Amino acid sequence: MARELLLEMKGIVKNFPGVRALKGVDFSVAKGEIHALMGENGAGKSTLIKTLTGIYQKDEGTILFDGKDIHPRTAIEAQMEGISTIYQELNLVPFQSVYENMYLGREPVNRFGRVDRAKMKKDCEEVLGELGIHVDVTKPLQTYGTAIQQMVAIGRAISVNAKLVIMDEPTSSLDTREVKVLFGVIRKLKEKGIAVIFISHRLDEVFEICERVTILKDGMLTGEVGIEEIDQLKLVSYMIGREAKRLERTKKGYKFGDGEIIAEMKDIWQGVRLNGIGIDIKKGEVLGLAGLLGSGRTELSKVLFGAEQPDKGEILWAGSQVRFKTPKDAIKKGMGFCTEDRKVEGIIPHLSVKENLTIALLPRISRGGVVSQKKQLEVVNKYIERLKIKTPSPNQPIRNLSGGNQQKVLLARWLCMDPKLVIMDEPTRGIDVGAKAEIEALIQELAANGISVLMISSEIAELERNCDRVVVMREGVKLGELTGDDINQDAIMVTIASGAGELEKKGGLTNE
Amino acid sequence: MSNQGRTKADTTAMLKKYSAAILLGIMILINLVITPNFLSPGTLWNVITQSCTIILTGMGMTMIISTGGIDISVGAVMALAGIVSAKLLPFGLLPAVLGAVVICSVSGMLAGFMVGKLRVQPMVVTLALLIGVRGVAQVLNDAKIFYLSGENAAAYKSLGTMKLFGKVPVQIIPIILAVGLTYFILEKTVLGRYIQAVGDNPKSATLAGINTARTLMFVYMASAVLAALAGIFDTAKIGAADGNSLGLLAELDAIAAVAVGGTSMSGGRAKVFGSVIGALIMQLITISVNMNNITYEYAQVMKALIIIFAVYIQREKTT
Repeated sequence: MARELLLEMKGIVKNFPGVRALKGVDFSVAKGEIHALMGENGAGKSTLIKTLTGIYQKDEGTILFDGKDIHPRTAIEAQMEGISTIYQELNLVPFQSVYENMYLGREPVNRFGRVDRAKMKKDCEEVLGELGIHVDVTKPLQTYGTAIQQMVAIGRAISVNAKLVIMDEPTSSLDTREVKVLFGVIRKLKEKGIAVIFISHRLDEVFEICERVTILKDGMLTGEVGIEEIDQLKLVSYMIGREAKRLERTKKGYKFGDGEIIAEMKDIWQGVRLNGIGIDIKKGEVLGLAGLLGSGRTELSKVLFGAEQPDKGEILWAGSQVRFKTPKDAIKKGMGFCTEDRKVEGIIPHLSVKENLTIALLPRISRGGVVSQKKQLEVVNKYIERLKIKTPSPNQPIRNLSGGNQQKVLLARWLCMDPKLVIMDEPTRGIDVGAKAEIEALIQELAANGISVLMISSEIAELERNCDRVVVMREGVKLGELTGDDINQDAIMVTIASGAGELEKKGGLTNE
Repeated sequence: MSNQGRTKADTTAMLKKYSAAILLGIMILINLVITPNFLSPGTLWNVITQSCTIILTGMGMTMIISTGGIDISVGAVMALAGIVSAKLLPFGLLPAVLGAVVICSVSGMLAGFMVGKLRVQPMVVTLALLIGVRGVAQVLNDAKIFYLSGENAAAYKSLGTMKLFGKVPVQIIPIILAVGLTYFILEKTVLGRYIQAVGDNPKSATLAGINTARTLMFVYMASAVLAALAGIFDTAKIGAADGNSLGLLAELDAIAAVAVGGTSMSGGRAKVFGSVIGALIMQLITISVNMNNITYEYAQVMKALIIIFAVYIQREKTT
């Protein structure tokens, strides 16, 4: 039986300055179909959705929706065509009532031109009732949890006669029970003939609710299949892909069997992201954290660094229990953290290379609060030379440097502190191949000098090349670990895929 | 071709960097032509005497704006300092000055605590202080003007009227100290780095181990102390403390000076000398309007135009 297509996007190309975000993607959704759109960070999912909903304009390609060629230029235009989007951060007004939210901006009026509240209430109850949701619609929206708020947003989409509802990570802040309710609603949408594009990083959910899945990688289509034709391992390999081996793993064996443990985390819980995970890091070891987006890798490292507080669990540093209230406490013990998003959480853009490099070191090279310019310049020059940082002068504002050089400055920020452990979250993201190799070489050099490295990377080949041990995470739990020569791309993917239903086993109802 | 393009870009960058100084130069040139007797030492002494308030409060404001905050309570703090110092004068000049500074620093501490620890918006916190602190200043003397009198009055007044070497106004001392100290803190100390880092990217700053709350507490206290000193020197100059009008709208002048001086309102790099130049520009407008017998209201319009023009030139294109 042929699928009766509702949406057909063909050869979509979208360019941004310097990058081609979408390289001719085809994407189609049938009427009343629940279709998953998957891919890692930067795969082009959200760009594709935004060209569909009028937030971006496509550069090439065609969009056929409900038999019509459409060119939405704004979100409103897309909505009028029948495409509604439920965003992660709901754009509703929390202190207004449920029914007011449902009709926000399109309030029905009575004969006298006044807002017809009675009709709004009645219709709102009806729409929500159809979804199986029975709440007091006159109460402010904020009285209800995220799940109900989402239902209201979905109800809103139905009441504008949407034919296609796009849900961008609708489950990211829901607990398992709420997810079940949401899935019930999604199935009701299907019964009404409304198609759903479902974006999620949780594989289990995709297999539970979706009929078809489209996978993107690096702005290209890597697969479009019916859900029954695919298993988790295959899906994971579509998403991550196998990188052609340019560089081989140089490490042999595992020599940290009974090494001294520098940091240990035990049974860490936090929100819905971390569900009782523990890791340990040995002195001079490069420990990798593997997993898909949203598996809790970054959250775990932030807890270790004191940037986030766990709900439960304990952290040991060199054998004794510690509690890092702020990153400052962790830094004092000898930790450093190169964050995933350099622009937002790394650089201090208008300050110079010199200031950025020494910002954490300052208390040590100052006397009575006054910075020793001589010592500062010594340190800066040493690291500019050692890491081959390309900058016209140490006084150059850091934002004028290339991504790779910014990353080197941020690395140097921690190296000059003589750290014991450096956390590197996606250390090579967005930097050119040459700088990538340099940074990988540096990681090995650090480890050789007895500095432990906790490395998070979405490029599995990178983990394979650099790590002594890799812990595989999914849904905030540890699925397993690979040691020494056992580390390879296939083994990591198999482990990720092996974690089906892991969260339910753990009873991940942490949001209640 | 490409070479020319670069020179042009460089020129624009230079113009941007020194726009405040160039503006000041242009204003002086215009004045040399149109204002009679502009080129006399008297004009300079005038500028010094009158720009004391705006420079002192402008230094505090430079630090606060550098952290991405704002302090609109400085005028009210000036009034409080005036009244408190006048009330304490019978105990001696030094106790009066110190007492006023300490009491005003409590206001700054409160602001710093609310902004730094409790994460309340600076505009709202200092708005509340603007209302409340001036209220306290008025209540303390039943909303009446407090004329300096008694045995220490002469000493207090000399803080506003004394001339060094017989001609240089005494205000030069607080101006130099405030500018020098602010420059030293911002450019030479760890704290100065922290202030600018917190304003430029608070997330990065916290992750680099900076105690943002403590940094913010410091700048709001510093601003209050500088405002208190400005209030004291103003009271000394006038010879009376008026809770109703002392320092009225001083915060706006200070903010304008910082804006014209090139410190970004969203925080980041602090331009200490830029703020000084900004303050001088503001003051020069007033003086040239006065010396040409033009109604003062025109000065306001001129200031508005200069502020908009200066901020327009320095705007940063985000890519």
